[in-house]
Amino acid sequence: MTTKRIVYREWRIPSARYWSILGILSAILGLALLAFALTEHHGHWVTGMNNSVVWGLPHVFAVFLIVAASGAINVASIGSVFGVSIYKPLGRLSGLLAAALLVGGLMVLVLDLGRPERLVVAMTHYNFSSIFAWNILLYTGFLAIVIAYLWTMADRKGQAYNRPAGIAALVWRLALTTGTGSIFGFLVARQAYDAAILGPMFVVMSFAYGLAVFMLVLMVSFDEEGRPLGPRMLARLKNLLALFVLGVLYFILVYHLTNLYTAKDAGVEAWILFGGGFYTFAFWVGWILIGSLAPLGILYHPELGRDWNWIATACALVIFGGLSAMYVVIIGSQAYPMELFPGKTILESGFFDGVNGEHAPYSPSLPELLLGLGGVALALLITAVGVRVLQFLPDSLADDALPPEPCELAEAPATGR
Amino acid sequence: MKDDNQVIDPNRRAVLGAGAALGATLVAPGVFLHAVAGTPRTEPVSDAVRWGLLVDTSKCADGCTACVEACEHENGLDLQHRPEEEREEKWATQRAAWIRKVKVQDNHTGRVTNLPLMCQHCEHPPCVDVCPTGASFKRADGIVMVDRHLCIGCRYCMMACPYKARSFIHEDVAAQLTRVPRGKGCVESCNLCVHRRDHGEDSTACVDACAEQGHGALLFGDLNDPESPLRQKLRELPTRQLREDLALNTGVRYADI
Repeated sequence: MTTKRIVYREWRIPSARYWSILGILSAILGLALLAFALTEHHGHWVTGMNNSVVWGLPHVFAVFLIVAASGAINVASIGSVFGVSIYKPLGRLSGLLAAALLVGGLMVLVLDLGRPERLVVAMTHYNFSSIFAWNILLYTGFLAIVIAYLWTMADRKGQAYNRPAGIAALVWRLALTTGTGSIFGFLVARQAYDAAILGPMFVVMSFAYGLAVFMLVLMVSFDEEGRPLGPRMLARLKNLLALFVLGVLYFILVYHLTNLYTAKDAGVEAWILFGGGFYTFAFWVGWILIGSLAPLGILYHPELGRDWNWIATACALVIFGGLSAMYVVIIGSQAYPMELFPGKTILESGFFDGVNGEHAPYSPSLPELLLGLGGVALALLITAVGVRVLQFLPDSLADDALPPEPCELAEAPATGR
Repeated sequence: MKDDNQVIDPNRRAVLGAGAALGATLVAPGVFLHAVAGTPRTEPVSDAVRWGLLVDTSKCADGCTACVEACEHENGLDLQHRPEEEREEKWATQRAAWIRKVKVQDNHTGRVTNLPLMCQHCEHPPCVDVCPTGASFKRADGIVMVDRHLCIGCRYCMMACPYKARSFIHEDVAAQLTRVPRGKGCVESCNLCVHRRDHGEDSTACVDACAEQGHGALLFGDLNDPESPLRQKLRELPTRQLREDLALNTGVRYADI
């Protein structure tokens, strides 16, 4: 059996098209920077965030991007760590996207700080009992490892280090996403948090959301340029995505069943699942129905699951589900009134302490939305420039261009392009 | 080379003299007051004391907000203003509050309790654990507070505090007190009137205000000293910590709740 050499090539879409894409992304990024300047100048009162809901829409985008970043690197890991050769051509894009998404997420996180100019303080003063401080190291370390990993993929001299770098990236990304989930899981104060399961749950969420972003970027970039993306590759990716979405559903089930079983969490469960208004809607309709069950229906459908457009739609729905998930987990959990006095009802309060069980107010504002979208735009901008100037994208992912796999499962092929 | 310092302008001297006199007139009362209040400490804070509060909720009057007003005056929170373009009801959710009055009712018995709620100055404060830069810290004398030079405004401490005791400064700080520096984009909370501690004064603004109202629901003192009035009162009354289940060993204790 001969091993085909994988050829990588820069993204050669027409100049006008390319610059329009960059123009649009830069414009969104520019608006985000304006939103940042507005918040920085006036203070956070221009946002919807307040003393009860202290993390808002920017954090929904930031955490989603960071989680997706660690998930995007999985594709490379499957190729070089687990030796599944069909994934090897995707490794470079996987690395680039992981770094780009992380930078996008971090930008949002940093620009939302009350004192962003003190970032250097965060870099020079570490409190090692803070999971946040650990995450600063995990995020910067991840970037360094991914860049080294990309080098081992791209440079002949680096090939010997490819597997060790891949293992390092895999271990590091598992720590990173567990750390990101633990930002919430380690909080004893809030009823919806304080759960060790949030760490691994975020890892599984990253598998799904990172792969969905990766697939969408891969499909769109190949389609724009007319590169072949064969049914074999598409079928592998979409099956993996479906499996990851099922994994997320499993974790959601265990998390909520555990909370429903314990009396002390009955209040927050009843609120999120039934009485939380928009948050309940975001959970059931956004995360479960549109973001999980609908894409599963598409991906496992005998016909739709083979159609390029439908698979791309499923990826978009999974991403939408991911954003809904973050909205429920980050904002919903803060909006639910903190259990300050178990067994008692607060009748009056001078500080929005959940009088008669009322949830904390929060309405996302335009500057928050723009800042969040700016993170997405920056991630895509880095990716677009990266694939244009360097050889990240494989020339072809047509069935006959892919490395053969002896133990590949026989299945109905998807109709790729 | 010409040395400008050699030329003395008598008019300039007169202006400087007048300025110095004016400055002295303005500054002297402050210096004098400080001197009366006690000289600033020169020794490092020691863990020989642990400052704490006792709240006797049976004496806390319904509708009385004297402690809240006194705190806001003492710490310059009454100087914060709603930005002109901001809606009143939204501003209410964003303005800083270091202490608030809460009225709670027992779900089973229907018993109603009034109490002030502020930073509980935990021995194991979650806000200190989570702060990435160490800006949120606990002094040796048990006071939990924020170092305003290290706070990057990430608000993770606000996520972590089980008492919702912290506020983020959402707006420009146009006016503030020298003894209580504040700044847009930082987090803050009750620090048991730390400026008073550092000048050797007794009590806190909320405790004084409560006493002036004749309620005497608040008692400030040293939790470490077995002979302190606070410890004696704690021996006498059955007290509880809020969210005792979290085992944070709070410095603020509540009686009759």
